[in-house]
Amino acid sequence: MSGMIKVGYLIPLLPLIGFLINGLGRNFLSKRLVGIIGSGVLVLSFVLSLFIFNEVTASGFTSQVVYLFDFIKTAGLDIPFAFQFDQLSALFLLVITGIGSLIHIYSTAYMHEESEAHYARYFAYLNLFVFFMLILVLGSSYVTMFIGWEGVGLSSYLLIGFWFTNNNYNNAAKKAFVMNRIGDLGFLLAIFWMLSQFGVITYTGVFEKATTASVSVITGITLLLFVGAMGKSAQIPLYTWLPDAMAGPTPVSALIHAATMVTAGIYMIARSNVLYSLAPISQNLVAIIGVSTALLAATIALKQNDIKKVLAYSTVSQLGLMFLALGVGAYTAGVFHVMTHAFFKALLFLGAGSVIHAMHHEQDIYKMGGLRKKLPITHFTFLIGCLAIAGIPPFAGFFSKDEILTAALEKNIIYYVLGVITSLMTAFYMFRMYFLTFHGNFRGTDDQQHHLHESPAAMTFPLVVLALLSIVGGWVGIPAVFMENAHRLSNYLSPVFAASHHKTAHQSISHSMELAIMAGVVALIAISIFAAKTMFAKEGLSEEKSSGFGKLLENKWYVDEIYDTIIVQPINHLSSFSSRIIDNKIIDGTVNGVGKILQFSARQFRLLQSGQVGSYVLIMVVSIILFFIFQLFWNI
Amino acid sequence: MPIHYYIFLSLCLFSIGIVGVLTRRNAIVIFMCIELMLNAVNLLLVAFSRMHQAAAYAIDHTSMAGAEAQLFVFFIMVVAAAEVTVGLAIIVMLYRNIHSVDINFLNRLKH
Repeated sequence: MSGMIKVGYLIPLLPLIGFLINGLGRNFLSKRLVGIIGSGVLVLSFVLSLFIFNEVTASGFTSQVVYLFDFIKTAGLDIPFAFQFDQLSALFLLVITGIGSLIHIYSTAYMHEESEAHYARYFAYLNLFVFFMLILVLGSSYVTMFIGWEGVGLSSYLLIGFWFTNNNYNNAAKKAFVMNRIGDLGFLLAIFWMLSQFGVITYTGVFEKATTASVSVITGITLLLFVGAMGKSAQIPLYTWLPDAMAGPTPVSALIHAATMVTAGIYMIARSNVLYSLAPISQNLVAIIGVSTALLAATIALKQNDIKKVLAYSTVSQLGLMFLALGVGAYTAGVFHVMTHAFFKALLFLGAGSVIHAMHHEQDIYKMGGLRKKLPITHFTFLIGCLAIAGIPPFAGFFSKDEILTAALEKNIIYYVLGVITSLMTAFYMFRMYFLTFHGNFRGTDDQQHHLHESPAAMTFPLVVLALLSIVGGWVGIPAVFMENAHRLSNYLSPVFAASHHKTAHQSISHSMELAIMAGVVALIAISIFAAKTMFAKEGLSEEKSSGFGKLLENKWYVDEIYDTIIVQPINHLSSFSSRIIDNKIIDGTVNGVGKILQFSARQFRLLQSGQVGSYVLIMVVSIILFFIFQLFWNI
Repeated sequence: MPIHYYIFLSLCLFSIGIVGVLTRRNAIVIFMCIELMLNAVNLLLVAFSRMHQAAAYAIDHTSMAGAEAQLFVFFIMVVAAAEVTVGLAIIVMLYRNIHSVDINFLNRLKH
């Protein structure tokens, strides 16, 4: 153990301290102080993460496990609480603390309207979230990961329902929590199965023993793990909570529901790459679920009018693409897209937050328009974000998405075609939103138009930084077509994925072929952007009623309604049945019945206590005689 | 005399005692009936003791087996005397409190 890794535990500890200070001192700390503490601990963690990243990238570095204490230690079961520092966790550390710092800084301005106690509560929750997220990525065993996993679920619940006076927001928070529980059950079962099968739960122990286990066991475990990932990373069928989670403050959506927490599922599968490589069935399922989620969410995003809902469905869609990458065995591409997606999606959410801030909490893009002159920095950075997510070179999204699509093409052409369709739709709906928001004429009220203003520096600074990252972020993974051996991320992550049959990028397709495909896709994307421009960048546009298929998309394929009918309603009926019949009649009846019987018999027996000495004596004599009779005749 | 004479006598005394306890309301009479039952038992004890001693003597002229029961009877009589004083004291207190020795007035436990 060397250098900074020894004090690596400080990285999650600092946000915890921030949480305690802000949470306990929420009634007497000033907003300024709360902002400084909340953001300061994150910046410190980020600096520590940079040092650790520096050590991890040094040559000859091998994965290090830092033991902290015993979490559970009994005969036959030993679960230490330890942190694992390796290439994968160091990369996630940078993303979480880096983007987390920017979003904390952004929040100091965005949340400034809140009262002091709520302001401090907000930062306390945000710090708590970062703490658990860091536990999640640093843990050296599935149990430690699960602690963080549950913790981020809790923080997510608290932050979605941050404005708890609005009951719709509370319902959204509960929905997110319950849907995550479904996934968590799968994760928990996988942990139990691994414990009973292997007897250990640390990553190194499990991966070592996994090679000797039967394929069906590994398949079962990986499928259960994937159920957990489905819940946390919002995949079919457990994705409907994420769009509703937009009820939380916009920076929360950026940090938790776009950049970090929802990528926990990808982290988990990338971490378990050894297991997934042993279970081809699970891999295929991951790819199928991923690509169908990507497609479904992209179609829904085409017809959404709430600026945050578009971004939410776009997030679900991009997460689907990441799962596609993991499913086809391109783990590096998946992690790469996590990173670039964190940059541009955080940028887009924060940009949307800036717009919402300027528009006084108006979120309908049909009530915006022409904002580019009033919000120049937001407009410019938002445009960069849109270009990055659309996959226009040389922005970050191009490289990661291209790598995923190439890996998909090598595996199965259907994955590839669906992935390309998703990308085209992504470009279309992102630019639909962009043109509706920033071009055309202003469609809001006069009052809103009068108050339009660019956001303060604390909000534009993170936008600019993230815009820069969205431009250069992809350059760590330049494919071999352009430059040999320039995929620095792949080289960096190779030790993590060394044990699995990891697909190195671009192996079976010739370079000229690949270039041609790449150019074709980029041209198609450009066409869909121009289509969006001609349709939505004109003056005097108003929202039109859609019908038929458009209405189906507008209503999100009626998935929420279907879930309501086939799951929620039957459960409600079952619950009310249990409440009325089983609880009230059977259980209460039994308990009350016992009481009634006792009361009744007591009333009868009470007559025996007459107070007449003679009657007591009579009972005594009769009883003795009866005893004698029994003794004589039955000889008991 | 045969042993069953004593047994019948004891049985009669004991039954008279029980019937007296059950039927009479005067505390002193009940008390006397209890003494009657006690003495019935004492009589039986002495009778059986004598029977056992006679049987043992017929086999071995030096044996005193069974004689100890006669000593126990004295103990019982002493204890009974102590019990009588306590019982009579209670009855005296009873009389002082309710000016009666009728046990049917002693039903306050009911309330």
